[in-house]
Amino acid sequence: MDPFITLTGIAAPLDRSNVDTDAIIPKQFLRKIERAGFGKHLFHEWRYADYDGLKENPDFILNKEPYRKATILLARDNFGCGSSREHAPWALYDFGFRCIIAPSFADIFYNNCINNGILLVRLKADEVDELFAIAAFGASGRIAVDLEKQVVAAAGKKYSFSIDPFQKECLLKGLNQIGWTLQFGDNIEAFEKKLAVEKPWLA
Amino acid sequence: MAKTMYEKIWDAHLVHEDKETVSVIYVDRQLVHEVTSPQAFEGLRISGRKVRCPNKTFATMDHNVPTRSKDLALASETSRRQMEQLKKNCDEFGVRCFDFMDDDQGVVHIIGPEMGLTQPGMVIVCGDSHTATHGAFGALAFGIGTSEVEHVMVTQTLQQKRSPTMLISVDGELQPGVTSKDVILYIIGQIGTAGATGYVVEYAGSVIRDMSMEGRMTVCNMSIEAGARAGMVAPDDTTFTYLQGRDFAPKGDNWVKAVSYWKTLKSDPDAKFDKVIKINAGDIAPQVTWGTSPGQVTSVAGEVPSPDSFEDPVARKAAQGALNYMGLKSGVKITDIPIDVVFIGSCTNGRIEDLRAAAMVIKGKKVAPSVQALVVPGSNRVKRQAEKEGLDKIFVAAGCEWRHAGCSMCLAMNDDQLKPGQRCAATSNRNFEGRQGPGGRTHLVSPETAAASSVTGRLTDIRIFLANNK
Repeated sequence: MDPFITLTGIAAPLDRSNVDTDAIIPKQFLRKIERAGFGKHLFHEWRYADYDGLKENPDFILNKEPYRKATILLARDNFGCGSSREHAPWALYDFGFRCIIAPSFADIFYNNCINNGILLVRLKADEVDELFAIAAFGASGRIAVDLEKQVVAAAGKKYSFSIDPFQKECLLKGLNQIGWTLQFGDNIEAFEKKLAVEKPWLA
Repeated sequence: MAKTMYEKIWDAHLVHEDKETVSVIYVDRQLVHEVTSPQAFEGLRISGRKVRCPNKTFATMDHNVPTRSKDLALASETSRRQMEQLKKNCDEFGVRCFDFMDDDQGVVHIIGPEMGLTQPGMVIVCGDSHTATHGAFGALAFGIGTSEVEHVMVTQTLQQKRSPTMLISVDGELQPGVTSKDVILYIIGQIGTAGATGYVVEYAGSVIRDMSMEGRMTVCNMSIEAGARAGMVAPDDTTFTYLQGRDFAPKGDNWVKAVSYWKTLKSDPDAKFDKVIKINAGDIAPQVTWGTSPGQVTSVAGEVPSPDSFEDPVARKAAQGALNYMGLKSGVKITDIPIDVVFIGSCTNGRIEDLRAAAMVIKGKKVAPSVQALVVPGSNRVKRQAEKEGLDKIFVAAGCEWRHAGCSMCLAMNDDQLKPGQRCAATSNRNFEGRQGPGGRTHLVSPETAAASSVTGRLTDIRIFLANNK
C-alpha cells in the first residue's frame, strides 16, 4: 500500500448525498477476479450515456475539465453506503482519487478506503459547503491535505480534521495490516487453546 | 459491571486489546462467496500464506448463479469464470464449498443459519454487507471488505475498534398485515439511512421477542441500511429450538454446554446503551419505499411526498433526484402506482416463512397479465421444503416463475434484471438507482405486499387486499 502523507490537487465536487457503492461501481463490473482496472467503470451509470460506456455523459463532473485529473473527491453525507464491495475504493483509486472529503461516510466503506491508502476526511457540513464553492473554480481552486498535521487548506483557509491515530499511522506508513496483526501470533494461538477448553464446540 | 450483549461477545473475543487505538478480535466463522473473495485468495497465493482455519471457513456461490435452471452454461462467461475460480480456490486452500451443484447451495446468509453454521455468541464475518443477518442469533456479525477477508483468512482475526451501542426497542402490538420487513423499513425511515452509522444495534422489545428466527433475520439483515455495523437479537428459546439438530450445531454434551453459555449472553438489565430508540409497534403500517434510498419510505396508505416537505436542503435535493429517477410525481397515492415486475426472494425475504406468507396471499389467484412475478428461494433447502409443502404449485398456478436459489434480482448480477424504466415491487433490501438493472425502479416491500401487488398489478395495501379476498 502506498503511504499517504500530503496531497495537493484538483477536487471534483459530487453534489449528492447517500452515494452508494452500487453507484460507485455497478455490479456488472464485479465479475473480475483481479484488483486492477476498475477506474474506467467508476460511476459508470452517471458517467456514460450508454450501457457499454462508449459515450460520455458531458454533464457529469468527471467528464469536465479539469476534473478529469481530480485527485480529491468532495462528497455529501453518508458517502459509500450500501454494499461492502471493495471494488468501490479500487475503482476510486484506479481513477486517481487519493482523498475524499465529506460530512460523513458509511462504516465498511471507510475501512475499505483506509486499507487501500485512500484518506477519508470528515468535515462539518458548512465547511464542506465552502470547499464545494472553492472546487467550482477548478484548477485555481486546488485543495491541499496534510495528514500529519490533520489539516485541509484551500483559498487561504484551514480546516482541521480528526482521524483515528492507528488509521493515521497506517496511512502515513502505508502499513501492511496483516503483517501488523501477525505480531500477535502468540496471542492468537493462546486464544485458540483456551477456546478448545472453554468452548469446545467453537474450536 | 453491567454489560450489553455486544460487550460480552466483544470481551470474549479479544486477542489483543488497546482501548486507545485498535484491538484484535477473534473470528469464529468466515463465510465466503464468489464475488468478494477471488482477490483475497490471490493475495494468499502471492504472499505464500494459507487459510489459518479452513474448518471455520465456508463458501458458496450465490451472487452470480443463474436461477432459470441448474445450468452453468446460462451464466455469462465472466460469471462462470468467477464461480469456477471460487471452486478452484476452495479446493486449493481446503475450504468447504457449497458450489452451484451442491444440494446445500444458496444465498450465503440463508445457508449459514439453516445449516447451523450461525450460532449465538460467535463473531461471524463475510465479504458482504448483509452479514448482519446472522446477528438474529445473538452473534456479532458484520460485513467486511476483501482486504479484511484476506486478513481473516490469514490470522482468523480482525482489527477492530469497539463500537458504540444502540438499543432499538419495539413494543406493543403489530397490526394485522404488518411484518418484520415493515418493522425494519419503518425503523430505517425513522432514524435515517445513516441513523445508526458506526453503532452496533440490539433489537429488543416484545415485538422482536415474539418474532420467529426468520422474522428476526429479516430485521437484522437490513441493519446496514440504517448504517449500522451490526444488528443483533438476544438468543432465547426460539433461537435454541431453531438451532437444535442442525448440521453444524453443537451435539450431545457440547449442546448442553453451549446452551448454558448462550443463556448468559443477553444484555444485563442495567446495561447502558449509548443510544436508545423506542418504537411503538401500533404506529407501523405496511411500508413501501418511494425513492432510491431505503430511508425514503412511507406507509402503503400514504402518498409520494413532495420534496418541499423536507426541511434539510440536502434531503430535499435527494428527494427531487429520487422522484425524477423513479418517474413519480408528489401527491400520487402509493396504491395508484402500477408495477411491471414482482421479485420475491433475497437474503432479506427468501426464507421458507417468507415463501409461505407470499403463497398464502396468492393462493387461488392470478398474477396480473401485465406483471412478471419471480419467486426465487433463498437456498436449495428452502426450495425443497417449499416443494414438499406444495408452495411451488401455488406460485406456478398463479402465474409466477418458480426459480432456483440465488441472489437473483436483488442485485441483478446474473441475467435476472429489470429493463430500463420497469418498476418492481421487491422483497429485497436496496432500492438504489440501477440496483435491479440499469434504469430499473425498485419499491421495497414485504413478501405479503409483493404477492398482493402481483395480483392487482399495482402497489397494494395488504390489509385491504385481505379484507376484500376473505
